[in-house]
Amino acid sequence: MSGATFRPSDAVDFLVIGAGSAGGVMAKELSTAGFRVVVLEQGPYLTEKDYKHDEIGYTYQAGLTNDTKLQPVTYRKSEAEQAKPIKAIMYGRQVGGGSVHFTANYWRFHESDFEERSVFGNVPGAALADWPIKYADLEPYYTKAEYDLGISGLGGANPFEGPRSKPYPLPPMPVKSSGVLFDRGAKKLGLHPYPAPMAILSQPYQGRSACVHCGFCEYFGCEMRAKSSTLVSVIPIAEKTGRCEIRPNSYVRKIETDAHGRATGAVYFDANRREIFQKTKAVVLCSNGAETARLLLMSKSKRFPQGLANSSGLVGKYLMWDNGAEALGLFEQPLNEYKSIVVTRVLHDYYRADPKRGFYGGAGLDARFDFYPANFALRGMPGDAPKWGAEYKKMLATYYTHSMAVLAHTSSLAQEKNSISLDPNLKDRWGLPAMRVTFDFHPDDVKTMKWSLTKQVELLEAAGAKKTWTSSIAMEDQMPSTHLMGTCRMGNDPKLSVVDRNNRAHDIPNLLIADGSSLVTSGRQQPTATIQALAYRAADYAAQAAKRGELG
Amino acid sequence: MQSTRRLWLSQCVGIAALADIAAAQQHAHEAAQSPAPTPFQTLDPATAAEIDALTSQIIPSSDGPGAHEAGIVYFIDRALSTFDADLRDSYRMGMSSVQQKRQEMFAGSTSIATLTSEQQIQLMHAIENTEFFELLRTHTLYGFLGNPSYGGNRNRVGWKLIGFEDRMAYQPPFGYYDAHVDQEAK
Repeated sequence: MSGATFRPSDAVDFLVIGAGSAGGVMAKELSTAGFRVVVLEQGPYLTEKDYKHDEIGYTYQAGLTNDTKLQPVTYRKSEAEQAKPIKAIMYGRQVGGGSVHFTANYWRFHESDFEERSVFGNVPGAALADWPIKYADLEPYYTKAEYDLGISGLGGANPFEGPRSKPYPLPPMPVKSSGVLFDRGAKKLGLHPYPAPMAILSQPYQGRSACVHCGFCEYFGCEMRAKSSTLVSVIPIAEKTGRCEIRPNSYVRKIETDAHGRATGAVYFDANRREIFQKTKAVVLCSNGAETARLLLMSKSKRFPQGLANSSGLVGKYLMWDNGAEALGLFEQPLNEYKSIVVTRVLHDYYRADPKRGFYGGAGLDARFDFYPANFALRGMPGDAPKWGAEYKKMLATYYTHSMAVLAHTSSLAQEKNSISLDPNLKDRWGLPAMRVTFDFHPDDVKTMKWSLTKQVELLEAAGAKKTWTSSIAMEDQMPSTHLMGTCRMGNDPKLSVVDRNNRAHDIPNLLIADGSSLVTSGRQQPTATIQALAYRAADYAAQAAKRGELG
Repeated sequence: MQSTRRLWLSQCVGIAALADIAAAQQHAHEAAQSPAPTPFQTLDPATAAEIDALTSQIIPSSDGPGAHEAGIVYFIDRALSTFDADLRDSYRMGMSSVQQKRQEMFAGSTSIATLTSEQQIQLMHAIENTEFFELLRTHTLYGFLGNPSYGGNRNRVGWKLIGFEDRMAYQPPFGYYDAHVDQEAK
């Protein structure tokens, strides 16, 4: 932790709100371009020395994510219901954000993801739309992200991916037993499995050590700095410029605007709950697809009575969910899947939406095991197995080391009725309105998950599983959602979107919004690569616009 | 030349990595020490004995150490004294309704702990669909398979049962199928 120190009264060039997957990229890009940057992060500034292999601390307790004891979240399926407190959404709450605790799957969106409305057509009840940009617009920034952050993979191995300008900077991670079995099953079915692109170092890179296969990736911070979070990759570069200050424990409650409707800075609570106003020439909002919408809605004023950047009324709308379906299989020999990274093989044969199926949707499959011991015992065992007693204990002794999962990451259709809004009744520990989540699946989302599960089971059986079972796809079992997408949609028409094709708010010329909220479609989940590519692209644009004097 | 230099550099980082692993391993081991047994902070001894009896039916001591040997009741006491202090009422009310159930089912019995194992299993079946049972099961399994520093999983008995090794670093191959990947290719 080093870097610059600015006074709140210094009008810095950029005030970035959120130091996560996108905010970390912004910090580095803008500070290395010569700008003075303050990054406000609501969570603490932890490092690898703070992280532990502690399943109770990181999965049973909030660990590295939002703590609903401090910041309650309420949920309802539809507007007709009264929202009740439940951890419906989850995000990384520390410097580095979700890039610290994520699984590290690093998939590019396909070319088709950017034009599904044109290719697939209208879906009743949904707001499926083309993006205002194409894959080719984002490709250079995917590549930049892969090299800046350190991604391991095999370029060209996924036959369904769009063209790439460069291979990955690092070779794929060593295959695990789940990957070998996945390959076996997929090849038997004539499918195209490939080595997983992961934000984890297979070899030393830029002064960081390679992965030592400890197995604690998802939900955990990497003690080896081998997971390519923004915390260990780009944020140190930003701080080294001497022009970037990362300010942790800084919880923003409002973005302020002047008489001309331009953003002037943000009011935040510091660690001692003092309210501080940080001045700036431009604001970059990177607070994730849920908190970004909440902050814009909390930033209402006389001039902007329905919240900031919200003339369309669409801030918070079109929330897309982390849809998925899991199938598990038991095998004859030990796999010991708790060792090493979560995913080593992926398959995109079922990715593209195909009208012939009779519903919209698609799935990206991966071979994985994301169960730490207690979570496997609680949730990973077959539904027909006993849940306690001598027989249960006996089964645990075999199942933990002999099982693997095939997880489908499935599409989530944008619907206007699904949203992030402010809870009218409940407040958080700072007295701010709690986040209210309104969400239910589109019927095609459910059809996609059910269809995908049959493919996953088929694959496990082809791989030689002795027994297979599936997890629940019911709404209450698909919480919390960790991929928070769509709530400040990108588009060309200010009436139908919140940000323009460069992530600049239609309504506020010196406000950029770059995080999961910009996503027009959900891809097949795994949005981090796209969120970061968008951040690189938006930073490029912001730097040029600032140099032309358009933002100040 | 270039490649030699690159190799040398990568080995340098490799040496740093070994030191890092050793430090992280030490850190992990210290964090995973079973603490010395402490007197109960929240539970009274009588309730503790009853909880011990119930959780010992979730993970019995058949064929090796179970919930009792893992110290689950100490884990639960610790949880209710710290991060789950807000669940004390759930335990108080949950245990009271289990006791009521016991009296209904086994008139004249004095405690769960003094029931026969068969009677305890019958009682478990009678409560297995309650919210309190789900809480008890969740605590038992986190205690049995979580980090021993929380007072459960004593001597790592839970990890030993399921075959989880708890090391800071592993080398491939990790399992049978990646060890035999060449045979797979054939």
